[in-house]
Amino acid sequence: MSADRHHPDGGDLHTPQGPLDAGGHELQDQPPRTLVPAVPEVSAHPSRTLWGDAWMRLRKNKLAIAGLTWITFIIIVTVSADLWVPQNFAEPTSTEFASMQAPSADHPFGTDRIGRDVFSRVIYGARVSLAVGILAVSISLVIGLALGSLSGYYGGLLDAFVMRTADIFFAFPYTLFAIALLAVLGPSYRNVFIAIGILGWPSIARVLRSSILSVKENEYVDAARAMGASDLRIMLRHIMPNAIAPIIVYGTMSIGGAIITEAALSYLGMGVQPPTPSWGGMLSEAKALMIPAPWLTVWPGFAILTTVLSFVLMGDGLRDALDVKMKD
Amino acid sequence: MLKYVFRRILQMIPVFLGVTLILFALRIPGLLPGDPVQLIVGERELTPALRAQIEEEHHLNESVPVQYGYYISGILQGDLGRSLQKNRTVTDILLDKFPNTARLAVSAILVEIVIGLMAGIISAVKQYSFWDVVVTLSTSILVSVPVFWLGMLLQMFFGIKIKQWTGGAFSLPMSGMGSPPDLVHLILPSITLASVSTAYVARIMRSQMLEAMGQDYIRTAMAKGLSQRVVVFKHALKNALIPVVTFIGIDLGALMGGAILTESVFSWPGVGREIYLAVMQRDWPVVMGGVVVVVLIVMFVNLLVDISYAVLDPRIRYGGTAE
Repeated sequence: MSADRHHPDGGDLHTPQGPLDAGGHELQDQPPRTLVPAVPEVSAHPSRTLWGDAWMRLRKNKLAIAGLTWITFIIIVTVSADLWVPQNFAEPTSTEFASMQAPSADHPFGTDRIGRDVFSRVIYGARVSLAVGILAVSISLVIGLALGSLSGYYGGLLDAFVMRTADIFFAFPYTLFAIALLAVLGPSYRNVFIAIGILGWPSIARVLRSSILSVKENEYVDAARAMGASDLRIMLRHIMPNAIAPIIVYGTMSIGGAIITEAALSYLGMGVQPPTPSWGGMLSEAKALMIPAPWLTVWPGFAILTTVLSFVLMGDGLRDALDVKMKD
Repeated sequence: MLKYVFRRILQMIPVFLGVTLILFALRIPGLLPGDPVQLIVGERELTPALRAQIEEEHHLNESVPVQYGYYISGILQGDLGRSLQKNRTVTDILLDKFPNTARLAVSAILVEIVIGLMAGIISAVKQYSFWDVVVTLSTSILVSVPVFWLGMLLQMFFGIKIKQWTGGAFSLPMSGMGSPPDLVHLILPSITLASVSTAYVARIMRSQMLEAMGQDYIRTAMAKGLSQRVVVFKHALKNALIPVVTFIGIDLGALMGGAILTESVFSWPGVGREIYLAVMQRDWPVVMGGVVVVVLIVMFVNLLVDISYAVLDPRIRYGGTAE
């Protein structure tokens, strides 16, 4: 996937044809360029930042755009759900006996054991999943970025301590550790994202640390230091912007991972508790009803799959767009 | 060699202490919400007399470091406490279930090796072909599927939809309780358990193969007129395999620790399902003890895997620390 590799000096030396940027400039009528140092006319395109470049490449990746579209769609649907979702997700839909009806025009995904509309529940379940995914990854990011940057920048004893602590976290099987935490904290919506967030920081810290270690060696960092820049300034202005790309990729994929974990924990009864609709919890209820009501199993799982897949594809796309090399 | 093994074991000690410290900390009153006595008592009513008795029994009235000492020495002697529900020690219960977990883990690893390697090699050798696209897409999908949902779908399909053709041979949940499972019952749980890792194996194999195929010695071998098969399997594969083997080794450790989701979906009588049932029954000693046991198993299997690398590949032995 390195066919269109990003060139750090801002000149687009390797893609001589085609629409070049978001500003609508087309350079097709110019003679094909060869490998020469960037000439002034190239730097005359002010919109060509690193991120603009990445966005341009991302746009060409159909799978990543499909993922982004699906995520956007789900966010819009869930945020606006109160305005249009036809049935109450928490209560049976009608007074007559409507338990386990097969999908129909009234209930596109059928109804569950006590007659609740599965379609509404899947949509409200997306709220829980997305919220847990984003909140959990935010917690991991706050802890992981702080510890990872200190660890990578200062090294020494602090680094050794942080990395050994990370090793200890990695020694735990992930799901089991989450269960142990929730056994103590008590299963609830809030505790699920706290637990997943706490478990996620070591990976973030490791990725950022190794990224900083390689950026730190650049001459411009030495130059900034020679000019008397403070540690904080070097960190925020010079190192972070160049070290953050792997975190963006990893963070995007982690949201998908957190959503799967939340579903697994709720499936095991350690996560979001009923009657709040969550995809994992719905699958847990479906387990005993696979024969009479297979739609109870199919739709929540399909929702998890498509949502997580979207984040994975987005992550893959970002990795190629930002040209991040990751050890799988 | 002995020196390497010794150093590797020494490295395990701080991790072991850290892991036990965290699990121990989860039991200290006040540090986290949750009362350890209540955890031990479970749903039973807690009278002051009972509380005093339990505090005495579990050394909860001692100072925190002394408690930790008791905790560690208990673990080292294989004493993880007693189940609240069953009149047995946690160690007994888990040891009983371990062979089933090991059986499932080994067959899942076989699935990973056979399918993952094949898919990875095919998609690398025929890069950008139809099969490459199929493999790349299906690995993305596989890492996004919740394993327990995959298990449910497989059960629905093989156990219910096409039951008349299979004679119900796959439907473990109805028949496999208690008695040691048959080989045929292994098939669906192994595929489910292996799914995510198989996708990773295929991805790593593909990228490693592509890298190996670009090397000079491959071009030399091709130029010598060797057949593609010889080049792929004798020259490229050998070098591409090392990272894959590393991944599989780590995964073996993780799987040996029990697969809580797969085992509970398929009612597989292993360590993972036992811990799940304990969670359901609020049998906290089994849950917390189970986590300790699983971490120890994972660490031990990783140690064995690392040592066997060192035997196979001398570079690791002499290459300083294992990281």
